[in-house]
Amino acid sequence: MPERTQTARALRRRTPGLILITAAALYSVVPLLSMVSAALAPQGTFPSGLSWPSDPHWHNFVDAWNVANITTLLKSSMLIVLGVVPVAVLIATMAAYAIAVLEIPLGGVFYTVLVLTLTLPYEIVIVPLYEQTRAMGLLGTQWALILPLIGMNMPFAVFWMRAHFAGVPKELSEAAGMDGAGPWRALFHIHLPLARPAIASLALLMFLSTWNQFLLALVLIDDPNKRTMAGALQAFTTKYSTDQVLLNAGALLIMAPTILVFLVLQRHFVKALLQGSIKG
Amino acid sequence: MRSTKSPVGVTAARSRHRLRARRWAGWLFALPALAFYGVFNFYPVLLSIQYSFYDWDGVGASTWVGLRNYTEVFTDNEQFSSLLHAFYLILFFTILPVTIALITASVLRQLQGRFTGALARTLLFLPQIIPGAAAGVAWTWMYSDNGVVNQLLRAIGLDGVTRAWLADYTWALTAVGFIGTWLSTGLCTMLLLAGIGKIDNSLYEAARIDGAGPIRQFLAVTLPGLRNEIGVCVTITIIAALASFDVVYLATQGGPGTQTMVPGVAVYRLAFNDARLGAASALAVVLALVVIAVVVPLQRLFREK
Repeated sequence: MPERTQTARALRRRTPGLILITAAALYSVVPLLSMVSAALAPQGTFPSGLSWPSDPHWHNFVDAWNVANITTLLKSSMLIVLGVVPVAVLIATMAAYAIAVLEIPLGGVFYTVLVLTLTLPYEIVIVPLYEQTRAMGLLGTQWALILPLIGMNMPFAVFWMRAHFAGVPKELSEAAGMDGAGPWRALFHIHLPLARPAIASLALLMFLSTWNQFLLALVLIDDPNKRTMAGALQAFTTKYSTDQVLLNAGALLIMAPTILVFLVLQRHFVKALLQGSIKG
Repeated sequence: MRSTKSPVGVTAARSRHRLRARRWAGWLFALPALAFYGVFNFYPVLLSIQYSFYDWDGVGASTWVGLRNYTEVFTDNEQFSSLLHAFYLILFFTILPVTIALITASVLRQLQGRFTGALARTLLFLPQIIPGAAAGVAWTWMYSDNGVVNQLLRAIGLDGVTRAWLADYTWALTAVGFIGTWLSTGLCTMLLLAGIGKIDNSLYEAARIDGAGPIRQFLAVTLPGLRNEIGVCVTITIIAALASFDVVYLATQGGPGTQTMVPGVAVYRLAFNDARLGAASALAVVLALVVIAVVVPLQRLFREK
């Protein structure tokens, strides 16, 4: 049967790929699955590797929710994200608009400086930021994280939005000018609606990096309950380092919000991250 | 004759003046970004450079020590080895993920997108989404005495090599490295897959007609076609390796001993455990210079044409 041999050959050709992708997918999820299996073991026991418990203790997650203060942490993380992302997106968009569309004098210099600092690691600002936020009396409050993160986001955000504005035809702004629209009206009525996809991707990337921010949260906010989820993980692991069950349950809860948002907005996340890497 | 400037000229000059004023007024749009960037990013970088020349505990007076903090970066064992460790991590954060991603992506190309559907994409991408700190926790558990890694080794009869990997003097840094591999592989695979999709299929046809096997096709068509994407993967993962902090801090805090000390953790400890802000700043400046010294030539190397 020629049809059959064809299918068999196609299948044989696909098998290595199938095995490969399965292996890669397993490699991605096994660490998370092993956390789930440990989180479901009875508290006070020593769970072992990857094994489905005969009697899963789902209640561990409730206990971990309480001891890790997840409610407080969620509020704190959201406060920080809401403080950083809208403001950073707005002012980066305005700056990119000024540089690329209004062609402000010395805008090119500003842009070059931004791009030059794009790859600098957070480590180089951490000590001065600590001193600055302390001098401003903000150390230990969420402001100590919100304000610096807006500043740290500027190089990438302006770079991203400028790339978008550079692709918008010049005639569009000229036409707006002819119709008597000032720069504000042109931005809000003509450019912003067009920039919506670029802005959405940028907001998604910034949400992720803010939510996952660790170093700045650790240094600038003493109280783990005022940090981001990722920053609070540090305090939680030190406190429960001997209790594998609660530790894994708590860590999973701390990861859960990003994973949920990712699952819902999956396509957009992948697109944004891929674009983000290419532009960055 | 110089007094008879034509009225037209006056208007033109005035409107040119007004135009220039209007262009400067555009700075109002850029001002908030400039302010935040200046105060919380650019100025701190300058401050760090300034601190790096001083001996300062953050409370008392600071004393100018010239380049002493910098000579310490290269003579103090803990600081200098942290830089070497960062370079060793490139093997795991960059070279392994890019190699695996190249193989996976070129095999997947032949599957014509069948298995690159939502499920595979979601699973491969997952490590990219979670915080590095959480990856540190997940892998601390994987590597522990009764974790999955040892469980697997026992299952294939290698009981003799099991150990608490992150506490092992010889293996801890390599173990940390594989966490980086786990974090970077998914993004690289998806990036290269997207790039491979853009390569003109006729190039593969032509290569096949010329008698090129899969390996030759890979070398002659895929690799050059992915130049840009490979450059992107290499750049972002090298920066992640050199500036790594959260993964290492949560998995090992630099230990055992200083076996997994990386510049990020060393900067943190110098500044916030030892209160040596000058020394911390000097190491941070060196780290930033290393990142630039590695990234700039890479950008040139991978730029198309």
